[in-house]
Amino acid sequence: MSTLSANVGSANLDSVSHDAHEHEHHDTSGDTVFGFWLYLMTDCLLFASFFATYAVLFMNTAGGVSGKDIFELDFVAVETAALLISSITFGFAMLAAQGQKKALTLTWLFVTFCLGAVFISMEIYEFHHLIVNGHGPQHSAFLTSFFSLVGLHGLHVTAGLIWMTIMMIEVAKRGLGKATITRLSCLSLFWHFLDVVWICVFTVVYLMGAM
Amino acid sequence: MSHSESHSLKQSDHHDESHGSVKSYLIGFVLSVILTTIPFYMVMSGDFSKVTTLWSIVTLAIVQIWVHLKYFLHLNFTTANGRASTFSFLFSALIIVMVVGLSVWIIYESNAMMMY
Repeated sequence: MSTLSANVGSANLDSVSHDAHEHEHHDTSGDTVFGFWLYLMTDCLLFASFFATYAVLFMNTAGGVSGKDIFELDFVAVETAALLISSITFGFAMLAAQGQKKALTLTWLFVTFCLGAVFISMEIYEFHHLIVNGHGPQHSAFLTSFFSLVGLHGLHVTAGLIWMTIMMIEVAKRGLGKATITRLSCLSLFWHFLDVVWICVFTVVYLMGAM
Repeated sequence: MSHSESHSLKQSDHHDESHGSVKSYLIGFVLSVILTTIPFYMVMSGDFSKVTTLWSIVTLAIVQIWVHLKYFLHLNFTTANGRASTFSFLFSALIIVMVVGLSVWIIYESNAMMMY
């Protein structure tokens, strides 16, 4: 126990001297990533209000279809798998970037991009399919809140894909400098955060809706 | 508790904990695959009662969110930045529970009143 607390003490000392050292060089990468995290927390609140809206409106189907009629869980399971695998491939991209392996970073980023693109394509297909069959967002409060919530997540993923493309170009052209790693860390937080939101979406919207 | 503490200390001895490692990503990935498969199976097979299924998928979702926060987003209480991130997340979670929980409560109650 005493060795453990001694370890904790030395770890704290290390982090303090490390912070002071960083401060001397005006290195604000930690602050940048933390600031981005705070933005994500406000984004959480945006999603929370959309979830609250969905929870309030999902029973108001105006005599039209309910979740049970339109959700296809096999399809959603594949979407979920694509997003989940993209999370670990982005993790590998970050590890490669921290090890200064440029080619490997680009490969993993590309794999992540493809998986994200698969997810978005499937979601666009699902939306298109619903609208063509006359279940567009204008038909009931349930469909409006469904399209808003899932669409908001889809827009975030699309933004993540655009950002990822830009980062791939930056890594290819400038290599893995400190600023680039900081930007990649922010994108990593964004991407994993979207995965967390998707857990709530497939549980609350699809699984509960299809029950 | 002490096991997990010593484990995280061992990790931070070798490199900055906020970066994670291949092992921690793989642990997180395997756990989240399991935690995703079970609720999908429960709902798609329809073998379980509605109440059991509902509580199971909610619990599994919360556990999976925790797994993602720990293994992918690297929230922790051991580094200064990790602590700040964790507490800002906990604060957001509190606000979210209030916003979503209270909205749903109010609307469902008023809906129930209107039925009388």
